[in-house]
Amino acid sequence: MIEGKIFDIKQFAVHDGPGIRTTVFFKGCPLSCPWCHNPEGIYYEDDLFFYETKCIGCGSCLVVCPQDAVKEKNEVVTLDRDKCDLCGKCASECPTTALKMVGKKVTVEEVMKEIERSTVYHDTSDGGVTLSGGEPFQQFEFMRELIDRCKEKDIHVTVDTCGHVKPDKFDSIKGKIDLFLFDLKIIDDELHKEYTGVSNNDILDNLKSLLRESDNEVIIRFPVIPGITDTEENISSILDFLSSSKRVKEIDLLPYHDVKEKYNRLGKKYVVKRTKAPSRDKVEEIKRIFESEGYRVKEGG
Amino acid sequence: MDEGVSCESDIKDEMDQRRSSIDPINDRIGILREESVKKEVEISSERGELITEFYKNTDLKNKSIPVQRALAFKHLMEHVSTPVEDGQLIVGIRGTGVKEVPTYPEVCCHKEEDLEVLDSREKNPYDVEQDTRDVYRDSIIPFWKGETIRERIFEEMTKEWKEAYEAGVFTEFMEQRVPGHTSGGEKIFNTGLLDIKKRISNKKEELNSKEDIDKLEELKAMEIVADAMVLYAGRYADKLEKMAEKEKDREREEELRKMASICKKVPKNPPDTFWEALQHYWFIHVGITTESNPWDSFNPGRLDQHLYPFYEKEVDDGELDRYKAKELLQAFWLKFNNQPAPPKVGVTAQESNTYNDFAKINIGGVQKDGSDGVNEVSHLLLETLDEMRTLQPNTAVLISKKNVDRFLNKALKVVKPGFGEPPFFNHDEIIKILLRQRKSLKDARAGGVSGCVETGAFGKESYILTGYFNLPKVLEITLNNGIDPRTGNKIGLKTGEPSNFDSYEDLKEAFKKQLQYFIDIKQEGNDLIETIYHDELPVPFLSLWIEDCVTSAKDYNSGGARYNTQYIQIVGLGTITDSLSSLKYNIFDEERYNLGEVLSAIRSNFENDEKMRQMFLSRTPRYGNDDDYADDIAKDVFDTCIDMVEDYPTTPVRNASRRVYGLPTTVHVYFGSVCDATPDGRKAGKPLSEGISPVQGADRKGIGAVFRSIGKLDHVRSGGTLLNQKLSPDLVQDEETRRKLGKLMRSYFKMDSHHVQYNVVSADLLREAQDNPNEFSDLMVRVAGYSDYFVNLPEGLQEEIIERTEQNEF
Repeated sequence: MIEGKIFDIKQFAVHDGPGIRTTVFFKGCPLSCPWCHNPEGIYYEDDLFFYETKCIGCGSCLVVCPQDAVKEKNEVVTLDRDKCDLCGKCASECPTTALKMVGKKVTVEEVMKEIERSTVYHDTSDGGVTLSGGEPFQQFEFMRELIDRCKEKDIHVTVDTCGHVKPDKFDSIKGKIDLFLFDLKIIDDELHKEYTGVSNNDILDNLKSLLRESDNEVIIRFPVIPGITDTEENISSILDFLSSSKRVKEIDLLPYHDVKEKYNRLGKKYVVKRTKAPSRDKVEEIKRIFESEGYRVKEGG
Repeated sequence: MDEGVSCESDIKDEMDQRRSSIDPINDRIGILREESVKKEVEISSERGELITEFYKNTDLKNKSIPVQRALAFKHLMEHVSTPVEDGQLIVGIRGTGVKEVPTYPEVCCHKEEDLEVLDSREKNPYDVEQDTRDVYRDSIIPFWKGETIRERIFEEMTKEWKEAYEAGVFTEFMEQRVPGHTSGGEKIFNTGLLDIKKRISNKKEELNSKEDIDKLEELKAMEIVADAMVLYAGRYADKLEKMAEKEKDREREEELRKMASICKKVPKNPPDTFWEALQHYWFIHVGITTESNPWDSFNPGRLDQHLYPFYEKEVDDGELDRYKAKELLQAFWLKFNNQPAPPKVGVTAQESNTYNDFAKINIGGVQKDGSDGVNEVSHLLLETLDEMRTLQPNTAVLISKKNVDRFLNKALKVVKPGFGEPPFFNHDEIIKILLRQRKSLKDARAGGVSGCVETGAFGKESYILTGYFNLPKVLEITLNNGIDPRTGNKIGLKTGEPSNFDSYEDLKEAFKKQLQYFIDIKQEGNDLIETIYHDELPVPFLSLWIEDCVTSAKDYNSGGARYNTQYIQIVGLGTITDSLSSLKYNIFDEERYNLGEVLSAIRSNFENDEKMRQMFLSRTPRYGNDDDYADDIAKDVFDTCIDMVEDYPTTPVRNASRRVYGLPTTVHVYFGSVCDATPDGRKAGKPLSEGISPVQGADRKGIGAVFRSIGKLDHVRSGGTLLNQKLSPDLVQDEETRRKLGKLMRSYFKMDSHHVQYNVVSADLLREAQDNPNEFSDLMVRVAGYSDYFVNLPEGLQEEIIERTEQNEF
């Protein structure tokens, strides 16, 4: 029985592909973009969310923590992340789910059962399943099995990917995927390494092969990160890169927004410090640039 | 779901969007609308005085009850005021003027204290002039003392019934208002009173003067009321002609003459034009609501279907254009708003705390032959709703799989500014409900919904609502072995000490026994009340319009309608489900607590058990999240109620089958006020869940999950169920998202669900309105099966609406 690790299944998603969709969020990603809006998807290991506003200060967590990582003063609970070994005992005692473990091992069957709860929505709206994350390709066997099972049931499959996967693996599976939501961040390899931690060689190779050698539908997702991805140079490099093929019809802009609260919840440092959300004008300008090259541009995807 | 950040400017934008959406077709309608909306509601003593005077001064010896009632109606139609609002195109009004509401002392005679309460209460007051108080004190109250329907009902009920009623186990619909719950069918728009009189006289010839004496008396009464209505219309014709003579504005003079000629023609004769059809219906509406004070006033039913033949013919002939038709519809619209609900007091005021009198206009759905029923008048009605935004009338958009997306999307766009209208109904399921109740296919397809969500065969059915039924209270009494913990009185069955329950099954069985006991009491009371209305309060005028009262020579209140049903409305499905789920999960399955611990926490209102309460709220399976654990319990309770209620034989007089609705109006606030804390974590006195919706705030997985949970219930076996959803304004702003919402609803209706309605309003705006009620007096929100002004709602209800989950995503 193949198992995978996910951190959420979102039913009724309307921004992750056509129609109404069930989106499965895989845990673990090879990239570590500092602006990531799903930081709980970065690590394959479990995470512990702590929603301070939900805490009623009952102290149940204190009693069970074997590492003495939880402290309470005046009904305010604090968590020492250095001591915490993510055993999850506090979360299982917490009555309000202020403490919550993120990450769950699941079988393909279990995921399929969840997916099929929404069959009536998928059918009626021409929707389907979207594999997202994290990075689905990181759990290749699990992903492949899930896609096969969906195809057996005639379910439309979209994969939202950063593209960082060995090309032979990518090629072996791409034919089964109806729609790619392909993240394209930075063309310059040095900058790509600096911000995401990895080279973009495989990413660009995979996108190239997708655009030239297959007939999948591809939508490019472009995160608009001020001063990082939205430079004139990067945008024109992206246009150059895409111009080699007519396959891409749509580009979705994902304007950066502050997700500090989510990082706090995870007890992680939010390193995007001086960056602000891009201005309305800037987003419109980028939209116009892509549109003038003939692309359909959506915001938010 | 992350909470959105909102600020003052968002609130202002939201309110501006609402206000700017109001856009009557022209100045005339704009002025009439202003007058209608701004006028404060007051009590008019005229009807009370006239009916008192009639019964006091008329020799009624040797006159049958139906004939007495008919003569009383005639007296009213001869003498009631005939005001004409400046610039109106439709005439006739219940009461003495705009929002001047009559009383019905023969049903419920308000005492002096009642009038004082009505006048002075903070929410939904009725202004009572000193003259009205005087005439009540000196003449109306002394005359009706001991003679009203209300007093007779309370006299005849058993001790058990009264105890349960007082404890808040159920309410009684008919103690202040008479059975009604019916809608006009096709007949109402293609039949004149002369036609009906001809049928009456044919029927008389069939009958035998000795054996059929009751029937002949009923027919005699019907003839009297038919003539009385012709007389009333004639009084208007005369008045309009006189007004025309004095009118200086030539155009208006012309209009008044035209109106006079219409009043000469209808409702004596069937209408031939669009305008005549509206005036014809309106006279009938006024007649029915003056004769008595039926629940849900009266309804024009499938108005787009009824009006389209007139519209089509006149437009083809060049006699009518879209503009004029819409102006007439908007004038007609205001006639409903000018007639607030008759004043209610006591428990009845609490269960239906609103000026809304629930007249409902159905739009869309399929035609009698099963084909797509959406026509140009459907679109005109949607536009009229969008541009008028008055408290009344209510609407219902019927969606069948035969209706195209364009119509659904247009209706969803009308939801956008946030007034809570229109609600959406699944017409294909409505037809299934009616077919299951053995209505003919043709009659089923001509049916729709009235009141809040109540399915009926329009023009042919008397579907009587008898009262709300408090499911969580029954569980509370079960958990106290037959005792009402609020009073210490033993009002229920001894179903066993809860500590002796070894399993969830034991608990469930005890609950079911208790439920059966109280349903027995309610049914017995319903039978008595049906008999009282049959004996004392026939309604010959309403009976003229509901098939087959004339041809069977039987009154509406005596079973004359072609179809007869009787309903109990269950309340608190979400609360009872989550309570049972909590007991099952936390005590018997997970063994987190024992029953004694939970009961003691409930009795102390969770005072020292906040951790336990949070476990119930956050870590227990709850209805509305597509979680089978809880949803299966909801389904079990829902099915059990239907099985029990439907198991009784038909009613003694009307031979009505007994059925279940799931709607609350405002009773979930009252029912909550009589319940201690519940095992779902709800605190004592707080509102119960409303309709069949999940508990406020318990549905955390989006609308799609709510639809899935609700879709598991077998709605076709009920007569109608009510689901409220509150949407963040973002979800209906742009067309693409609305289209996806439309697809979500199509899916929901594929599950054979009945209804959904949307409040598009942010919690911030509602809070702001609570703080500054004067600035937000026009803020309208969806309550239950109707919309109301937010600041007029009792505080408990305001809080309840704020606490409903605001869905930010699908």
